[in-house]
Amino acid sequence: MPEELTAELEIPEAKNPVESLLRMERMPHIWCPGCGIGTTVNCFARALEQSKLDLDNVAIVSGIGCTGRVAGYLHLDSFHTTHGRAIPFATGMKLANPELKLVVYSGDGDLFAIGGNHFIHAARRNVDMTVICVNNLIYGMTGGQVAPTTPVTAKGTTYPYGSYDPPFNLPYLADSSGAVYVARWTTYHVRHVTKAIKEAINTRGFSFVEIISPCPTLYSRRNKLGDGLDQMNYYKENSEIRNGADTKEVGMDFQGKIIVGKFVERERKTYRQLMNEHLTNVFGDQFTPYEG
Amino acid sequence: MNADKKAVLTGAHFIDGDHAACEGAIAAGCKFVAGYPITPSTEVVERIAARFPLVGGIFVQMEDEIASSIAIQGAVWAGKKAMTVTSGPGFSLMMEHIGFAAITETPCVFINVQRGGPSTGLPTLPAQADMMQARWGSHGDYEIIAIVPNSPQECFDLTIRAFNLAEEYRVPVLVMMDECVGHMTEKVEIPEADKIEVVERKFTEKPPGEYRMFDTNGSMVPEMVKAGAGYRIHLTGLTHDDRGYPAMSPVVHNKMLRRLVDKVLLNEEKIRHIEEDQVEGADVVVVSYGITSRVVLPAVNKARKDGIKVGHIRLITVWPFPESYIRELAKKVSAFVVPELNLGQIVYEVERCAAGNAVTQLVSHAGGAVHSPEEIYDEIKGVLGHA
Repeated sequence: MPEELTAELEIPEAKNPVESLLRMERMPHIWCPGCGIGTTVNCFARALEQSKLDLDNVAIVSGIGCTGRVAGYLHLDSFHTTHGRAIPFATGMKLANPELKLVVYSGDGDLFAIGGNHFIHAARRNVDMTVICVNNLIYGMTGGQVAPTTPVTAKGTTYPYGSYDPPFNLPYLADSSGAVYVARWTTYHVRHVTKAIKEAINTRGFSFVEIISPCPTLYSRRNKLGDGLDQMNYYKENSEIRNGADTKEVGMDFQGKIIVGKFVERERKTYRQLMNEHLTNVFGDQFTPYEG
Repeated sequence: MNADKKAVLTGAHFIDGDHAACEGAIAAGCKFVAGYPITPSTEVVERIAARFPLVGGIFVQMEDEIASSIAIQGAVWAGKKAMTVTSGPGFSLMMEHIGFAAITETPCVFINVQRGGPSTGLPTLPAQADMMQARWGSHGDYEIIAIVPNSPQECFDLTIRAFNLAEEYRVPVLVMMDECVGHMTEKVEIPEADKIEVVERKFTEKPPGEYRMFDTNGSMVPEMVKAGAGYRIHLTGLTHDDRGYPAMSPVVHNKMLRRLVDKVLLNEEKIRHIEEDQVEGADVVVVSYGITSRVVLPAVNKARKDGIKVGHIRLITVWPFPESYIRELAKKVSAFVVPELNLGQIVYEVERCAAGNAVTQLVSHAGGAVHSPEEIYDEIKGVLGHA
C-alpha cells in the first residue's frame, strides 16, 4: 500500500464500546462464530448503560449451557448457578435484598425444560426480576439435542429424523403465568432488543424477554439452514412486528414466520408488595417488616 | 456476637423438636427460609411462617425442594443467614444443591427430619437411613458437617450450632433429625439472648480492587462478600480459581478440591462433639447417635447390672467422622456395638476406624420404630460371648 494512503488511514481503537461491562480478562469467550448470544450481551450491556442504574446493585444470574456462560463474562455481581435453577436462586437473592436489580439470563433448555417449573412459579408470584431467554431452539453446549422450543420437524441428535415433540410458545407461557412484561425479538432486531431489555428492567415485577438467536454449529448445520448470516436473513425476511399480539397466536413453526414485538405490559403487585401489605393488615404495628 | 433479643423466646417451653429447631434458627439469626411441605419436617416451616412476620424474616413456600435448596443460597449471597428444611424424598431432591453450596462455599443450613425410605417409604415414621446420603449424596468429592440431635432441647441448641459452624467454615451444615426427635415434645429451655453465642459472617475488609474471592491468605476459609457491595464478584459451580473464575484444569481442581475437603477434615477435632458415658475401662462401647442413643440407655444399664463393663458414646457431630477418636478407643476396648435405624451405615465407619483392633457389631433396624432396648442389650452381651 502506498505510504501516503496508509498515513491517512485512521486506525480505529481496538476497544469494545461496552468493555466496561465485560470481564475482558476472561476473553475470548466460548461462543462459536455466528452465534447470537454475544449480540444479545451487547444489547444487554447497552440497555444497562442507558438505564442509568447503579450497576453495583445489578446482579445477574445464569443457569447452565451456552447462554449460562453470560453471567461469567459480565462485570457485575454474577452468579453461574445449577442447571435450570437460576430463577429460584434469583428469587432468594431478590427477596433477601430488595435493593438489588435481578436479571436472569439463560437459554431455552435451561429455563423451560429443567427450569420450567421455576419459571411459571416466579411469574405467578410476580417476583421482581427480569428473565432474558436466548432461544436458539436447541441444546448447544451438549451438542445439538432437541429442546422444548425446537420446532416440529427440525432435527436434533436426539430426534435424528426430525422432532415430533410439540414445543412451547414461550410468550404465551409467560403471559398466562402472570408476567407483567413479555416481548420477543430476534438477534436481527438489535435496537428493539436493547429497548425491550431496558423496558423490562425498568418494569416492576416479573418481566420476560425472549430473543430468537442463531446456533449455526448445532441447529443450522444439522438442519441445512446455512450459517449465522443465513439465519439473520431468515429473521429479517420472516419476522413480523406485531406489538400487542395475542400471545396465543405467536407460536413458531420450523422456518416459518416469527411474530415479534412487545406483547404484554401490565401492572400487578409484586410478591414483596403483596406480602408487606397483607402482613401489615393482619398484624398492624406488630408486623416487623424484613429489613433487607 | 449474641442473639437478637427480640427474636429469642427466652424461657421454658413444652414444644416438639421441629418447633425447637425453628426457634434455634431464629435465635441464630436466620432471616430467610425457603421450604416445601413434607412430613415429618413440615412443622419446622409452619412455625417459621408463623413467627417470621414478628421477627423480620422472610419465609417462602417454594414450588419444590430443588427450588428451596437454591433459593436459600441466593439469600446467603445477598448477605443473609438462610436455611431449608425437608425429609426423605425432599432431601434426595436437594442433593445437587448441597454440592453447589460445597463448591461455592456458601454457608447455609439444611435440616433433614429423617423418615423411612427409600422413595416415599414411611412418611410418618422414623429412620436414620440418610446418614450416608448426607455425607455422599451429591456427586463428586466434598465435605459437609452433619450434627444429630436426640431431643427437642438439642434441636434448639444444635440448630444454632449448625448456623455457627456454617459461618465459621463456609460449608453447608446438615441437622440430621429424625421423625421421633422431630415430633417428640419435651421441655426446651431457651436462654436469654445475651447467653446465646452467634457467629456472624466474616465479610472482607479489603476494597474491591484487592479482594480475590477464594484467596484464603493462608487460612483455610476465604472471607465473603455479598451482592450489591460493589465487588462485582463471579460465583460459579464450575471448578474455579482464586478469582472465582472457571478453570478447566486438573491443577486448579486439585488445589480447590483439597482445600474444600481439608478445611473440614483438618478441623475435625474442633468440630468434634461427642458425649461419653463410662468409656474409661470399658470392655464394650456402644456407639450411637440421634434417637437411638436414648434407647441405648436402658440396655446399657441392664448390661452393667450383669457386670459387663460397657461404655456409651453418642456422636453429636457425625460428619466429619471422629476417626482418630475411634481409632484410639479401638485400641483400648474389645468391641463396639453400633445400633442404627438403618441396615448399616455409620457402623462401617466405626469398623474402618477400629481397623481390626476391636470387634464391631451392628444392631440394625429397618426403621419405622426404634429398637427395643433388649435387641441392643442382647448384642452387648453377645458380642464378647457373654450370652
